Amino acid sequence: MIMYALAAVLFGVGLYGLLVKRHLLKKVLGLLILEHAVNLFLVEVGYIEGGTPPIRIEGADAAAFVSNAVDPVPQALVLTSIVIGLGLAMLMVALTLRIYERYGSLDANRMSELKG
Amino acid sequence: MSDQQGMSLIVRVVTRWLFGLILVFGLAVALFGHLTPGGGFAGGTIVACAFVLAILAFGGARGPGATFARWASSLDATGALAFLALAILGYTAGAFLHQWAGKGEAFTLGSTPSIVLLNLAILLKVGAGLFAGFIAVALFEQTAESGKGADA
Amino acid sequence: MDFVLYGLTAFVILGSIAALEMKSLLSAVIAVGVVGLGLSIVFLLLAAPDIAITQVVVEVIVVTVLIRAASRVPAETPSLRAGPARTFAGAGLALVAVGLLVAAFQTLPAFGSQRFAPALWYLEQAPDLTGAANVVTAVLLDFRAYDTLGEATVILTAVVGALAILRRPSSRKEESHV
Repeated sequence: MIMYALAAVLFGVGLYGLLVKRHLLKKVLGLLILEHAVNLFLVEVGYIEGGTPPIRIEGADAAAFVSNAVDPVPQALVLTSIVIGLGLAMLMVALTLRIYERYGSLDANRMSELKG
Repeated sequence: MSDQQGMSLIVRVVTRWLFGLILVFGLAVALFGHLTPGGGFAGGTIVACAFVLAILAFGGARGPGATFARWASSLDATGALAFLALAILGYTAGAFLHQWAGKGEAFTLGSTPSIVLLNLAILLKVGAGLFAGFIAVALFEQTAESGKGADA
Repeated sequence: MDFVLYGLTAFVILGSIAALEMKSLLSAVIAVGVVGLGLSIVFLLLAAPDIAITQVVVEVIVVTVLIRAASRVPAETPSLRAGPARTFAGAGLALVAVGLLVAAFQTLPAFGSQRFAPALWYLEQAPDLTGAANVVTAVLLDFRAYDTLGEATVILTAVVGALAILRRPSSRKEESHV
């Protein structure tokens, strides 16, 4: 339970950054932290006490593997989500740089007032 | 900016030594992804890291970099199409994304050829895609002088 | 083991707070790197070596890209910092979200106590059905390969989007603007 709560706190920190920060790059960092929190939670859901990685080793006991290995499904989904997060980070950095070049400011509050 | 010439001699020599090793490591991580931890995503990112290291160490994001970016985005699309082609090949075994290449002896490289090929397609896709994205960001920074801002 | 996990996760949370509150953008970006690398150790302890490897490498590239970006934009000046009203409102909302999440997590089985039912089927059948000893890869590229296909499309779209946004405007077009 404490691990779930810690993932929730990490989520809260990311949400705080996203809501409060006005600097656009700080908002990007907040979103990255949110992503980390969600990934951490999903991996935690699949974990069992004393679990082994879901990778079968040649010669190892198959029954012991099934009873000890952790859940592979959340891991597979988180794997794709991490790489998507990288693509997303690049897209956000690209947008931030373009916005700064265009408006000469990174203030999210002013973005809504400015007309390009 | 100084990164037009790249970094110091030491960094460049070490990069020359490590570049091939990192590439081979990334390839191995992807190739044996069905037996050991790793796979196309990790391997592709490692390969992209090797190219990012080379660009940072030797500079030249502007000159050769523009060419690289064009090549990399083509390779990116090639990887995606290869994945799709492998998926469609699954119809020869009955269904989309079905294992069409059969199975070999367990715990060997050939134990599941179609997954190995899919991993390699993802390696191409992720490696080239991330490198193209990095080049785009690196290139932009050298042409962004125009917008020096008012208040910031 | 438990306390190692708690300590590492607390370290990650401290790193993320530092990332948001540091004045210098470069320090903030490096703090985000700390968050990612700390998390990869947590993933390793949670028996997820696949994710740990990917997380390390991805974090390296994210930090490189963010450092390039941070060196080109101005730092967070005091005029860009939010006022006290907004800070308290935001922190309050984040706290409410954390409370709701923790309340919702009470309905889950306790941490580390059990796996969901499909996991057993995958662990029993996947190595024989697919021939891949790594069950994560088997799920990723065989049972849920549609998901991976969609994911590949998302990366392609994101990179093409970044390239399109950052494309240097052609010189002819620039002249007509100026």
